[in-house]
Amino acid sequence: MIAASVICWRAAASIAWAVLLLPPSTAIFVILSKFSVLHPIQTISECFSMLTSATAIFSFILLCGVIIMVGFLNFEYYTVIPTIACSKIALFGQLLHPRQLVNSLVHCIMGMIVAWCSAVTIGFRYETLGHPCAQTDGYHQMCLNEYHLILLLGGAFVGFSHSLLGVIHNMNYVSFHTVQQYKYLRFKGCLPLVVKCSATQALYSVRNFIVVYYFLGYIPRTWICKTLNLHLGSSAHPLDSIAGLLDLSLLYHLWISATFLLFTWYITLLLFRIFLTEGYSFPVQSSFTEDADHCLPKVLTEKQPMILKFLALQDLALLSQHSPLRRCEVFSLSQPGGHPHNWNAISKECLSLLADLTQRLVAYHDTVATNGRAKSLSSGSERKTSSETSGTLISQKWLSMSANSPFTPDLDSPFMSPALRRLAAPVEQGSPWYGTVQSPHIMRRVPKLWSTSTDSQVNGSSPPSPASVPSDKQEPSKPSFLAQFLQNRREQVLKPCLKLPEASSQALFADSQAHIWALEGLSYLVQASFSEDQFGVVQTTLPSILSCMLVLQEAVDRHFKLPHASSKPVRSTSSMGDSTYKTLRFALRATLKTAIYRITTTFGDHLNAVQLSAEHRKRLQQFLEYKE
Amino acid sequence: KEMYQSLDFSPPSLSFPRESLKLHSRTENSSKAAFLDHSETLWMRSAAAWRDGGLTGLLNEITNSHPEVPKWLSMSSGCILALLQWVSSFHGSLFPHLTLSSEDMIAEFSQVLNWSDCVVRAFAWHPHTDKFAVALLDDSIKIYNPKSATTPTLKHRLQRNVAVVQWKPLCASALAVGCQNCLLVWHVDPCSLSTRPSAGCAHVLSHPGHAPVTSIAWSPSGSLLVSASPMDTAMMVWDVAAESCVPLQRVGGGGVTFLSWSPDGSHVLASTPSALFRVWETRMWTCERWPCIKGRCQSGCWSPDGSRLLFTVQDEAVIYSLTFTNTPGPHAAVVVADLSETTFSTPDGDIIVGGEIQSLAWDPRGERLAVLLKGDPRAADRSPIIAVFKTRVSPIFELLPCGFVQGEPGAEPRLMQFHPNFRHGALLTVCWSSGRITHVPFYFLSASIPRLGLSGSPTLPHVQERPADFANQSLFTEFIS
Repeated sequence: MIAASVICWRAAASIAWAVLLLPPSTAIFVILSKFSVLHPIQTISECFSMLTSATAIFSFILLCGVIIMVGFLNFEYYTVIPTIACSKIALFGQLLHPRQLVNSLVHCIMGMIVAWCSAVTIGFRYETLGHPCAQTDGYHQMCLNEYHLILLLGGAFVGFSHSLLGVIHNMNYVSFHTVQQYKYLRFKGCLPLVVKCSATQALYSVRNFIVVYYFLGYIPRTWICKTLNLHLGSSAHPLDSIAGLLDLSLLYHLWISATFLLFTWYITLLLFRIFLTEGYSFPVQSSFTEDADHCLPKVLTEKQPMILKFLALQDLALLSQHSPLRRCEVFSLSQPGGHPHNWNAISKECLSLLADLTQRLVAYHDTVATNGRAKSLSSGSERKTSSETSGTLISQKWLSMSANSPFTPDLDSPFMSPALRRLAAPVEQGSPWYGTVQSPHIMRRVPKLWSTSTDSQVNGSSPPSPASVPSDKQEPSKPSFLAQFLQNRREQVLKPCLKLPEASSQALFADSQAHIWALEGLSYLVQASFSEDQFGVVQTTLPSILSCMLVLQEAVDRHFKLPHASSKPVRSTSSMGDSTYKTLRFALRATLKTAIYRITTTFGDHLNAVQLSAEHRKRLQQFLEYKE
Repeated sequence: KEMYQSLDFSPPSLSFPRESLKLHSRTENSSKAAFLDHSETLWMRSAAAWRDGGLTGLLNEITNSHPEVPKWLSMSSGCILALLQWVSSFHGSLFPHLTLSSEDMIAEFSQVLNWSDCVVRAFAWHPHTDKFAVALLDDSIKIYNPKSATTPTLKHRLQRNVAVVQWKPLCASALAVGCQNCLLVWHVDPCSLSTRPSAGCAHVLSHPGHAPVTSIAWSPSGSLLVSASPMDTAMMVWDVAAESCVPLQRVGGGGVTFLSWSPDGSHVLASTPSALFRVWETRMWTCERWPCIKGRCQSGCWSPDGSRLLFTVQDEAVIYSLTFTNTPGPHAAVVVADLSETTFSTPDGDIIVGGEIQSLAWDPRGERLAVLLKGDPRAADRSPIIAVFKTRVSPIFELLPCGFVQGEPGAEPRLMQFHPNFRHGALLTVCWSSGRITHVPFYFLSASIPRLGLSGSPTLPHVQERPADFANQSLFTEFIS
């Protein structure tokens, strides 16, 4: 597929740029690491001879390899929907996931390689692992150079903590910006932040490393000595003593090499994010049938890869706002037949996205409203079917971030609860969007979603690891009374200390960027249709668009009345992790209101002619009078 | 008076006498000396100084407490302090406005004439309804709605020296407030009966180094908010709901003072304290640089379709015009009106009008342009006055003199804004130095020969008409080539 290859090309271009940026950053590192205040001229000449030597070129090639590897890992592990751990246990589970363990190990090794390169570059006492030393009897033998070792271990530690923090801060999450900018300008704007982040993060990592080395440093040292048959040197202080670690030059070199390591990796990550999230313009329609696969209406409906769907939605939001020509294509009729295929496909997909969110919110609210006590007496058969068909419609990531903590075993499929049925019923039959939006295709989604998340919750760790899947299925479907009692006890004890507040609300809105674009795209298109839609194609769907938005508005309003839902998270600016997902729900709420207002202000009293249920009309009147 | 009664909408004419406001007698910094006790240890004091005054505060503390610290430390911190001051004074000599205090800076760059002495410091009509917000000298904001009996008063700990307020478009409740230390976004529920919304209704948006905020602008689509500070070379683009911001950094100019978003949403005018302004296009956020010859860009306004920008430059008595069309090519600003001093003979005697321009306001239909002239504070007969022009945007741009708006004797116009959707023509709201807010309606039929329907608001402003022969002369007409 052509559009999918775009993603690969973008990733490749970002890696290429990261490699191209390596020489200047290495040069700056060399200068900073070798700089001495007393001999500035000598420093510069040393740097020049250093940069042209054979070892430097070899280590430079190694560094390029590391950067390519980091870029590859970024590409492999990135996600546009963040994985949000709803409890500390779930976070722990994420950290111990085999996929994550591999990631940590690779980062560890790469950190060591970068540290070796910087040790070679700094030269001086760090250059080699062994050095000849004279024993008392005059017999020469190889001794361990602990300075070299500490630098290598430091690199490994920083690499490891980078990968751990990546999970904790969701560093693999790629967010889209509300403000479109050219790549170069965006990169330039972010560069100071990257320098600051890498310097501070390196400081913290080095501090932690020194503490670890002080207590446990003898273990790797004796191990290395044993395997490589080196002797412990008779140097004045071993480095895991206070006197040995209080060496300012050593601390500086540790810090500067950690900063260099993190800086190159962060730059790679930053470039990857910038390239990946750049707007992509999909053709709205094509005159050739073989190109129809990468036209906007088609790409919008694709489920995999998620990034393409996001790019298509972003493109939809932009085209609806900025380009009258492409809007015209959306409103156009098909040549033989005269059907508004483009508009139908686009509006249907957007509405189904919004309806999906509404369902999710209603279901969540329902579970919370029953105070999480709806008992887990669901039929085993349903659970089985759901786990068989899981993860096709909505990405597995969404499923894994369950809406509740693992210690609430009660999250049984709320689809079955009578309260939800009551809530869902008027939507199904009473409203005009029955039939257009509520296709059975969407209705099927709900049991899947909820029962699958039950699976992972009963299991105890959110990410359904391959190893634990078989045990899931053998789970007794009816827990005994005693077990239930124990579980309730455990829940009462553990819930307060392990549950991360508001995380479940964050998880609920984790993919809301898509909904925000859908709302923007729809509302701008409807606004433009007032003057641009020649054939009145939008008018036919206007009732369903309005009622869909109003129902969602009601669900969102109710959700924000829950505890924790409207509490603002603390925003950390000095981290490379993107915390946009923490405020997505607020952005969605604001966008939704603005979208409804956009339609009501454009159409004004004409909306009285639109077919709506009495309840929705009342609600709409509030918007027409600016009272929401 | 009859005219108002015949209409369905009558905006309240308000008055805020200076004596009725409870003003702050002291600033927060000056109260510190009364409570300071020197029994704290050096460490505590240093920590407090670091928290309050940053690096300079810490250095000051160390330098001043020399019996307690070693001599070399107090000496070296004194040296660093002197070096810092030298650097900042050098920076200040490049951009003189950086040496101003925040309050003086707001007064210097505000669109309000004589801001520091003004009872009404900021005013904003809601873009869709008939309610408006008024920021007063005592740092409170009042919201008036003719349809509701309650007038909510907004007060917040951080809401000091309000420079500008603006309602969010396509929203009933959000009001952005730019003030001395930060940016606040209030959510005032239109259905609530509370007269004192709690501080929890306000979101504080702040970014290090981005204060005082002298100008803000919402995008007409209601999705983004831009804010400007003369201290910060970056203009902030806020996604308010997500509380995230993107700084758009351009070093030249030394800050951003005034922002204006074009009604069609495609461009943003950003003026700097230097003789330079920028026009950003909002799709990819790139900018055009427009160097001025004489001074900084003082004020600007956009035509309703966003194709034309009128702006004024400090120390110049002319209005410039810039057109933005899709065709690329060299274009330069054109002088469309010369407002240098002129004498008019009226039945009451001759009056001299003209000179430097404080602010511009263009009515949402593009048919009336109001120009607030600074006047001359030294000359008694040259008080500030509002000159009104008739304008036409299409098919060709035209500018005709129309009249003047003057207050009761002794009252000077300070701030003006057009009502965003007045159905019978244009409604100019003027805030006077006496603390009054009055509304001057201009009745005309759109897209026809405008009739001069001038009348004062129920009580005060006298609108003087120019002599008829003068009014028929077009001051500026653009010819279609």
